[in-house]
Amino acid sequence: MRLVIERGELLRALGHVTSVVERRTTIPILSNVMLKTAGASVEFKATDLEREVIEQANAEVTQPGAVTVPAHMLHDIVRKLPDGAQVELKREPDKDRLTLTSGTSRFALQALSAEDFPDLSPGEMTHSFEIGASELKRLIDKTRFAISTEETRYYLNGIYLHTAGHALRAVATDGHRLAQVEFEMPAGADGMPGIIVPRKTVNELHRLLEDTGASVQVGVSKAKVRFEIGTVTLTSKLIDGSFPDYDRVIPKNNDKELHVSNAAFKSAVDRVSTIASERGRAVKLALDADKLTLSVNNPEGGSATEEIDVGYKAAAMEIGFNARYLLDIAGQLESDDVVFKLADSGSPTVVRDSADATALYVLMPMRV
Amino acid sequence: MADETRVLCRDCCAIVLLEAAACADCGSDRIVAHPELETLAIAHIDCDAFYASVEKRDRPEIRNLPLIVGHPGGRGVVTTACYIARRFGVRSAMPMFKALDACPDAVVIAPDMAKYKRVSNDIRTIFEAATSVFEPVSLDEAYLDLTDDWRTEAPPAAEALSVIAARVEREVGITVSIGLAPNKFLAKLASELQKPRGFSVVGTAEAKAFLSGLPVSKINGVGAATAARMQANGTATIGDLQAMSEQQLVATYGKFGHRLFQFANGRDERAVTPDRPTKSISAENTFRRDTGAFDDLAAEAKGLCARVAAQLVRKEFAAGSIVLKLKTSDFKILTRHRRLAHPTQRASVIEEAALALVRREVGRQTYRLIGVGAADLTDATSADPPDLFDRP
Repeated sequence: MRLVIERGELLRALGHVTSVVERRTTIPILSNVMLKTAGASVEFKATDLEREVIEQANAEVTQPGAVTVPAHMLHDIVRKLPDGAQVELKREPDKDRLTLTSGTSRFALQALSAEDFPDLSPGEMTHSFEIGASELKRLIDKTRFAISTEETRYYLNGIYLHTAGHALRAVATDGHRLAQVEFEMPAGADGMPGIIVPRKTVNELHRLLEDTGASVQVGVSKAKVRFEIGTVTLTSKLIDGSFPDYDRVIPKNNDKELHVSNAAFKSAVDRVSTIASERGRAVKLALDADKLTLSVNNPEGGSATEEIDVGYKAAAMEIGFNARYLLDIAGQLESDDVVFKLADSGSPTVVRDSADATALYVLMPMRV
Repeated sequence: MADETRVLCRDCCAIVLLEAAACADCGSDRIVAHPELETLAIAHIDCDAFYASVEKRDRPEIRNLPLIVGHPGGRGVVTTACYIARRFGVRSAMPMFKALDACPDAVVIAPDMAKYKRVSNDIRTIFEAATSVFEPVSLDEAYLDLTDDWRTEAPPAAEALSVIAARVEREVGITVSIGLAPNKFLAKLASELQKPRGFSVVGTAEAKAFLSGLPVSKINGVGAATAARMQANGTATIGDLQAMSEQQLVATYGKFGHRLFQFANGRDERAVTPDRPTKSISAENTFRRDTGAFDDLAAEAKGLCARVAAQLVRKEFAAGSIVLKLKTSDFKILTRHRRLAHPTQRASVIEEAALALVRREVGRQTYRLIGVGAADLTDATSADPPDLFDRP
């Protein structure tokens, strides 16, 4: 294999595929990225056996071939090369090395055979549809913070993407908060199986979406999902489990309504929670006629209170929430008018953006 | 011509000049010589055969007999053996029946923990006089930081340590062994070099050479399982680790590789931290008969989980992670950890985590002991946040 490629083009391709490569792995070839020539371009492929990313880049190929080399090392080298440099990659047929030459720099990288590189074999996708990159990104932004990291409830370790009526809906929950967002059903998605997309795939996808404004082609089967974003293809296995009946935990009859300015609320929660020493400390919300008092009490650190004017007409009550959970949700609301629908201090509370009917959050209170 | 070498005389408890291989002041040959003697300031002090020494102190009539402290009979193990019993091959953690096979005439005394705690406090009072920065590791060992910054009176660290040793002997009536080094890791190894009543120094200059011949198991965190894995990789001594780069070690042993690299090269950044708060709560039990069956292990684990949960509630802590400890029939100790999604005080949550860990260790070998521990302790108020899906 022998080819010449522009540094920027190489860096872009490696940037897209390398982050899927685990820093630590017991199977040596999984540390590698595969380079394979295809006409006047090179294909880059990386995998962690749960998901794979494939990208193409233009190159001047003088001798076709395929090879795998340590992904993070190659990425680091290319990053350090000067802007605009031409990079020559060459592998002697009988040597276990890939030589990289650029200007006066020369590297020899330990190579492993491309034949041994694992293939995720995507299989047949039963449904496929197109969705705008910005919509898909929005869907992830509004839900991924609620994904659980709990190993025992592995089926909560991803975003549940499924159809609901005339909508395509995404839900994530860790049992303490739940995030739900939906879109009008794209053509082709109707009848697709509900899928749980693992957290790492969600994060990978989010990263890839940052570079593109175009639309994304999504393919879905019972076991896998595939996202085609420009020249990049991300294919992933799904979490094999059934997502719980989340709808039953979304309260429908909470009658106490609180309207608050998101900006004021967010900064007040942020300020009072400074006093909390450890993650998971509760912020107490004391509600009275058109007044909300936020407070945190940390026996070792001190206490903090802050009052804000709100719209609240129901009976006075107190309720506690995890400060970080409140901030996570506040960070995703787009308009300034937040609506809390409460029942009592021990029951789940619904949070919505008054200007956005497509997103909904549920928060479980903490004891205060 | 007088020798200008400055050494520590353990009888004068002072840095003195060396004369004819003895103290120039008192003529004692209990001297400690080392080029870095006056600059090193981290020490490890270990009481010699602590429980046994305390018992012998209190019963002079058994002073010259082999003594084993441990629960007699059945499936008890040796807690401590005195130096006479050790000559017969008796070791700590050895099953009592084996120990008595090796040394049938030994006197066996059941441990009296309350007494050892009192003696330990007496010793700590002596440490306190030397430095405010000492870290008790257990009743009979502690690390001391004798850097000048911590001390109002500051004789050289070596002198202060020899004073401690002399005072413990005189006032408490037992002996200690001391290791003086640039850091905790080396100090601990140094204190083991010469026992009982030892005083050993390992300096920065010889650290690498000193470590190179030692087995990897001398490194904190390298238990039997890791040592066996290293052996399989052809790594038996710390010298073998020294031959590897940090990157290689990290590639092979993960995050632990950083620590291996530091330790193997004689570096240890851990500070001596006084007054360590409760770091874990645990319970363990020895089986009446060794077993490898999941049902037996699980049944025992459940009881332990309930005990740990009760302790957590009583001490007002919540567990951030769960540790399973198993001792194999051939006395190897395995520990397995699992991080919890949220801190807990509930036996059921601890049990779920512990049993998941047990399940992975079943079918390989038989075990004689099982333990369950709560680690990453946090404030009880953060325990078990209410769950959307756990509601009626």
